[in-house]
Amino acid sequence: MSQDSSLAAGRPGRDPDGPANASGVVVSVQNVTKYFGPLKVLDGVSLEVRQGQLVAIVGRSGSGKSTLLRCMNGLEAIQGGRIVICGHDVGIGRSNRAELRRDVGMVFQSYNLFPHFTVERNITLALTLVKKNTKVEAARIAAEVLALVGLADKNSAYPEQLSGGQQQRVAIARSLALSPQVMLFDEVTSALDPELTIEVLKVMEDLAGRGMTMVLVTHEMAFARRVADQVVFMHKGKVWEAGPTAQVFAHPATAEFAQFIGTGL
Amino acid sequence: MNQFTSVHVIYLLEAARWTLLLSLIALLGGGILGLALALARVSRLPVLRVMAIAYIQIVQGTPLLVLLFLSYFGLSLAGYRLDPLVAAGLSLTFYVGAFLGEIWRGCIEAVPRTQWEASDCLGLNRFQQYTHVILPQAVRIATAPTVGFMVQVVKNTSLASIIGFVELTRAGQIVNNSTFQPFLVFLFVGAIYFAICYPLSVASRVLERKLHVAR
Amino acid sequence: MTYKFDFSFLAERWPAFLEGAWLTIQLTVVSIALGFVLGTLCAVLRVYGGGVVRRLIGGYVETIRNTPLLVQIFLVYFGLASLGLKLGAELSAIIALVINVGAYTTEIMRAGIEATGKTQLEAADCLGLSRVQTILHIVLLPAMERVYPALSSQFVLLMLASSVTSQISAEELTAVANVIQSDTYRSFEVYLVVAVVYLTLSFLYRFGFWLIGRVLFVRRRRIGAAI
Repeated sequence: MSQDSSLAAGRPGRDPDGPANASGVVVSVQNVTKYFGPLKVLDGVSLEVRQGQLVAIVGRSGSGKSTLLRCMNGLEAIQGGRIVICGHDVGIGRSNRAELRRDVGMVFQSYNLFPHFTVERNITLALTLVKKNTKVEAARIAAEVLALVGLADKNSAYPEQLSGGQQQRVAIARSLALSPQVMLFDEVTSALDPELTIEVLKVMEDLAGRGMTMVLVTHEMAFARRVADQVVFMHKGKVWEAGPTAQVFAHPATAEFAQFIGTGL
Repeated sequence: MNQFTSVHVIYLLEAARWTLLLSLIALLGGGILGLALALARVSRLPVLRVMAIAYIQIVQGTPLLVLLFLSYFGLSLAGYRLDPLVAAGLSLTFYVGAFLGEIWRGCIEAVPRTQWEASDCLGLNRFQQYTHVILPQAVRIATAPTVGFMVQVVKNTSLASIIGFVELTRAGQIVNNSTFQPFLVFLFVGAIYFAICYPLSVASRVLERKLHVAR
Repeated sequence: MTYKFDFSFLAERWPAFLEGAWLTIQLTVVSIALGFVLGTLCAVLRVYGGGVVRRLIGGYVETIRNTPLLVQIFLVYFGLASLGLKLGAELSAIIALVINVGAYTTEIMRAGIEATGKTQLEAADCLGLSRVQTILHIVLLPAMERVYPALSSQFVLLMLASSVTSQISAEELTAVANVIQSDTYRSFEVYLVVAVVYLTLSFLYRFGFWLIGRVLFVRRRRIGAAI
């Protein structure tokens, strides 16, 4: 699907023309509208995410990108249109919420780790309570995902003993442990210092390389440009640009996007 | 066995006035003592601080009922007549004073350090600092919790019934001994207490909100 | 006239004071434990429940907090008896104390629960935890840690307030003191001794709660920081 092989070169272990890309659509957003009171924050937004893709949603603050992400996960309700994620129609009642939560993982800007639990317990909690793993099994999975994010030695530490970047990596591990089919990232590096941002981005790039379907709302333009398959530019609640990364960056269709990347936001 | 009639109701309401009187005495006496204790607690003299802390800790660690008994029997030892009102008033003063002292100390300490520094830099001496800068602000902070504590005081007066002072609860027992309808009688007694205390509780909450909004 | 303090009764009556203290401990520990459970349940219902439940619990809390404990005790002991339900003095005392401390606990725990960050609830939701699981595992323990000083103060106050149950002849420390002072006529000395015993119990209870806090709040013990 990607026309630019240099894009694939930025992501080792991915086969751009392989079966992964030819697979079905994982997230389908169809003409979604949403209001906060009288304010229209999403205005007929549509986008598609295919399996194994990394889609970066960019735009200025207030463009509606975080809101869109939260709608994908059912954290916010939509007033118009349809969202289907991993086969679940998000609009419909709570009954399929449990399955939705199993298939969709979310990582937040403020990490939201549980401060009264150790790192390990943060990860094993949902494993034992929701996925009904045994304690031994859960501990094994926790060790695995912690190793993946490079924090194998921190499993008995408490969140406040860790740096912001480490906490965010634990948050990613916590979500990853549940084996989601798609992971949503809501400006996960915005609260971090530059040095800590790098370590988190590295983990995310690694994750993408392993074939995880990821949707990111991010301000990290360089990262998006290098790693994302698809870029979606949002402005005032609408999608103004969407398409393969290299193409969109090389030939912005709209003045707004050109201005946006020009100012280096 | 008599019926619980309006005569009894009036008797109870009249007894409630004694409850209010005792509460006022406790607040007045306890207030003066409390202020002295609060100032002693934040004083620069360690002797005063230690004495105040000791007093507050001892009183707060003893049941009010025991304090009441001590005052009641202590008065007789000192040669005074066993007047329940005096005994109750005295012990409530000691009790309320300790609690108000703690509350007000907290309010004085809640005035930002910077206020002390600013007034010091303007050349005010300690007394002037207290009277013109610190205490006025402490009073504002103290209004909500003090009004809230008044509820405790009114409820505590019910213990005076035990040493024979005829306030609302004792009146309830007397009426009960006459009508043998404890459920009705004490429900009514409770309702009168509620009528006195609930407005104070609400006022305290309203004051608390206003304080935070103003900040 | 100088009063000659006479503590001689202590020589042979001191076991009675200890017994009384032990009775008070039994009475209040049971009441505190049950009251805490009741209060926490009500607090959870108050925060997460529907309108009717919230108003009912609000009514319960306001009624208890604006009426004296003594009147509540009389209502349970004498009032229920007159309606046909004759409960013993100790049971009545426990019921009244549980209802009383339950109301105060509700308010305190409610404050702790409402201080839970919305983001914590969101994170739990996104991990797939149910409402009940979220409350049990994510909300309650940090809430308790937040309000623990207020909570333990309230429980110590309850222990002291339990002296009032002597009025319905419940077996506890003050009742023991009443008996001894009527025997010995050394009223002032007896109540002085009882005051000292209660003071000791206060310190004991505060120490006990501190210990419980160390056990419960593992994080605090391990890294010495508060939430």
